Order: sequence, then C-alpha cells, then structure tokens
Amino acid sequence: MSVIIEQVSRTFGNQTAVRNVSFEAEDGEIVGLLGTSGCGKSTILRAISGLDEGYDGKVNVNGKTSRGVSEDLGIIFQEPRLMPWLTVLDNVCFGLSGDKKEKREKAKALLEKVGLGGFESYYPKQLSGGMAQRTAIARALVTGPDTLLLDEPFSALDAFTKLQLQDLLLQIWETDHPTMIIVTHDIDEALSLCDRIIILKGQPGVVDKNIKLTKTKPRRKGDPELAKLKEDILRSLNTTHSGDEKGA
Amino acid sequence: MALSQGHEAQAGVMPAHEKQKTERRQRLPGIPWGSMGLSLLLPVILLGGWELSARFEWVDSHLLPAPTVILQTIFAMAADGSLWQHVGITLYRIFWGFVWGTGAALVLGSLVGMSRYAEAVFDPSIQAIRAIPSLAWVPLFILWLGIGEGSKVTLIAVGVFFPVYLNVIGGIQSVDRKLIEVGRAYGMNTITLIRRIILPASLPSFLVGIRSGLGLGWMFVVAAELMGASQGLGYLLVLGQNTLRPDTILASILLFAVLGKVTDAFLKKLQQRALHWQDSAQQK
Repeated sequence: MSVIIEQVSRTFGNQTAVRNVSFEAEDGEIVGLLGTSGCGKSTILRAISGLDEGYDGKVNVNGKTSRGVSEDLGIIFQEPRLMPWLTVLDNVCFGLSGDKKEKREKAKALLEKVGLGGFESYYPKQLSGGMAQRTAIARALVTGPDTLLLDEPFSALDAFTKLQLQDLLLQIWETDHPTMIIVTHDIDEALSLCDRIIILKGQPGVVDKNIKLTKTKPRRKGDPELAKLKEDILRSLNTTHSGDEKGA
Repeated sequence: MALSQGHEAQAGVMPAHEKQKTERRQRLPGIPWGSMGLSLLLPVILLGGWELSARFEWVDSHLLPAPTVILQTIFAMAADGSLWQHVGITLYRIFWGFVWGTGAALVLGSLVGMSRYAEAVFDPSIQAIRAIPSLAWVPLFILWLGIGEGSKVTLIAVGVFFPVYLNVIGGIQSVDRKLIEVGRAYGMNTITLIRRIILPASLPSFLVGIRSGLGLGWMFVVAAELMGASQGLGYLLVLGQNTLRPDTILASILLFAVLGKVTDAFLKKLQQRALHWQDSAQQK
C-alpha cells in the first residue's frame, strides 16, 4: 500500500542530517532514494521503518501515521544480517510466530522462489554473499509485507550477482506488486528498477528532484532515454559537490 | 530466468567448499600419527629415565619414587576403595562450586551486561572484590562456614565466578547491534530479543568463560582441601607430606592432571558442539 512522508527532518546532536523531506510512494510503486553518501538517504529509510523514532514530521504507512515498527513493512539491509547460529531455513522463519510446521512450509516456498531451494540446512558461514542476501530477501518477504524497504541492498555484491538480484527483485514485484522504497547510490540500479526517483542532495539533505519514470519494466540497459536521464541526474548531483562523482 | 542462472552460479560454489572439506579430512589422519609419535618421544624418554634412575637408586627413591610405584599406589587405593572416596568428594566439591559460581556469574553478568544501571550499581564493587586474591578468603570462609563442605564449595564458587562473569558481560556487550535491529524490525520485545538474539550471540564468550572458570575451580579445590579436609585429592597431598610418602603426593598430582584434562575435554567437546556454526579460523 502507500507510504507518505511529510516534512521529515532528523537531527543528531546539533547536526541536521535531513531537512523537510516529503514524498509519496503510491501502492505498488518502486521508489528510489538516490544521492551521494552522507545526504541522509538511510536516515529517511530508518525513519520510515520505525527503527529510528527520533525524527520530526510524519510518516504515514497504509493510511496509519505511526512511529515504531510495523508488520506491514519488510526490511532488507545492506548486509544480510543473518543469525550465524541458525540454518538458512530457520533464518527465514526468524520473524514468524505460530505453528512450526507451517512456518517451515512458508519459508521453504520462499527459498524456492529466491533460488535457494536445497540450501535449507546450510549455515550462513557456508553461503556466498549473493546467497546470503537472497536469504535476507526471503526473510523479509516471509511475513507477507505489502511494503519493502531496502537499504542499499546490493551495494556489497559484485556486478553480476547484483544484476541477478535486481532481476529477482523485479520478479517478486511482478508477482505481488509490493510497494518498495530502495535507498541506493547506484544510478543504473535506480534507473532499471524504479518508477520514481527522489534525488536527495546537500548537507543537510533535502529533496532536489522527484522524477517519475513511465517506461515499462524490465528495461534495457542501453536505452537512450534512460542514458539521457542518467546524464541529467549526474549533472544535478554534481552541482554542489564538483568532483564528488558517484557514477558507479 | 535469472533464478535458474543464479542457482547454477551458486551451485558451482558449493562443490568447491565440499572439496576443501574432504581434502582436510584426508590430510588429518596423516598428521596425528606422525606428530603424535614426535610428541610422545620426550615423555617416554623422561619417564624411562625416571624409572631407571629410581630402580638403580641413582636418585633417592624415598624422595622420588619410580612411576610404576606411583601407579601401584593408585591401584592399591583403587583396590581398597579409598581412591573412589577421595576422587568422589573432590569431584562433588568442584561440581557444586562450579554450578554455584557459574550460576551467580550468569545472573549478575547478564544483568550488568544488559543494563547500564545495573552496571553502575554492581560492577565497580564486583571489580573491587575481584582485586582481592581469592585465596585470602580461605580463613574467613573457614571461620564463617566451618571446615565442612560449605566453606570449600564457596571458595571454589568464588574462583569460578570471576572468569565466567567477565566473559558473560563481554559476550553480551559485543553482540552485533545490527542483529538486534533485525529482531526489533520484527517487533520483538526485550525478553524475546534476549532469548533469540542476545543469548545465542553471546554463547561463544560464555563457553570460553566456563572453561577458564573450571580451570580456576581445580586450582581452588586444591587450596580448599589443603587447608582443613579429611578427604579428597588435596587431602592426599597433605597426607603424603605428613607421612613422608612422596608416592601418595605424586599419585594425587597425577590424578589432578587426569581429571582436569578429562573435565576440560568434556567442556571443549560441548563448546565445539554448541558453536559448530561459528566461522572461525581455529575450527578444524
């Protein structure tokens, strides 16, 4: 469902990280929060997730204004954050409560979906980075959230794994149409996944641009329209921090 | 389509891992025999030399009895049943001292590790008490609790307490905040967070703590039994000294070594079982 952020500011000590950020993610929309490092992208996401409650302004998830974590949200962090003492299957079950057998069935189906069928009894130390992140995706999906929050989910992965997981994310989106908010510093990632790109800039971070993308997914990487957009975004990110280019 | 690709790519990773494992397994049997023979060389020469020099009276065998004599002493004690009494009472003391010491350390350590207030209240005093050499308590405990089991078990518990306490706190305070955040994101309350994340994550440190705690426990059981006991392996040391029987003393020392090693091996096994998930360098 929808997420509405109204005038959110966050101050740590006497340093303001983000100021008066407002945007809206419609039902089933993939929104990318794009910006250079230190502009407060993750701060916004933590405010939406409810893990950080010390912000000013309003966060409205599915018509409810609340501070604190909600069952409607699934969070995927930059690191997989798996419990090393649990197997892949138990890690996916981690956030579920209720009947054990039912939980395992659910988790198994999701592992199959993210391409980890057969790895249920592996421990995190035996997994590659991509597999660990797939497990984390399954764990976030298992509670059936209608909104997914992703905090630079693929930035620690190599280029090929990254592309595979971006495809996986689009597949999940095609079947269930969850609303997604993705924090990223990767312009290509934002361009290939998002329906809307919010560009944050400056220190404290403020919303610089709110770009709506209408092109249907999946999108070709070499699309000229997207290439032009990429150039625009790069230019607008470069105006304040010349030489601080983040084209990766 | 991406799914199947990803699956294949990762399927390639696994066999490599498996291969590494089997390689290790193949190498292992080779090493122990070679290195074990090498490790046994020195003890065998020393024991042989000791046995010979005692047999041929190169040293005074009243002061240094031969290894075989020591073994005979142990067998004799086993035959008349006194061995089991001494070993039994020593194990009884160390068991209860260990249980009480570990229990108290677990409760206090968890409190101090979890709450800043508890840390401010308890930790400075406990650290101050830790600075006292634990053997200094012996006369006081004997005065307070008599020379019965109470004073001995208490002394051992004090010895076991500190390493366990420190490791419990260290373990809890070093739990990855990022893992706790995962639990919070699922709306878990504090009790659930402790049970499902903090406890398992601090288990490695706790197990290190109880192993060093047990080591200190063995040290303190000797101290407790040296000072006023009528039974136990420590008492055998005093008895040997008073009756001029070095074979009794050496038999007791040998038994301490064996029992200490066996109990530690037990805990080590437990540690390996409980922590098989750890991704650490020293894992074999």
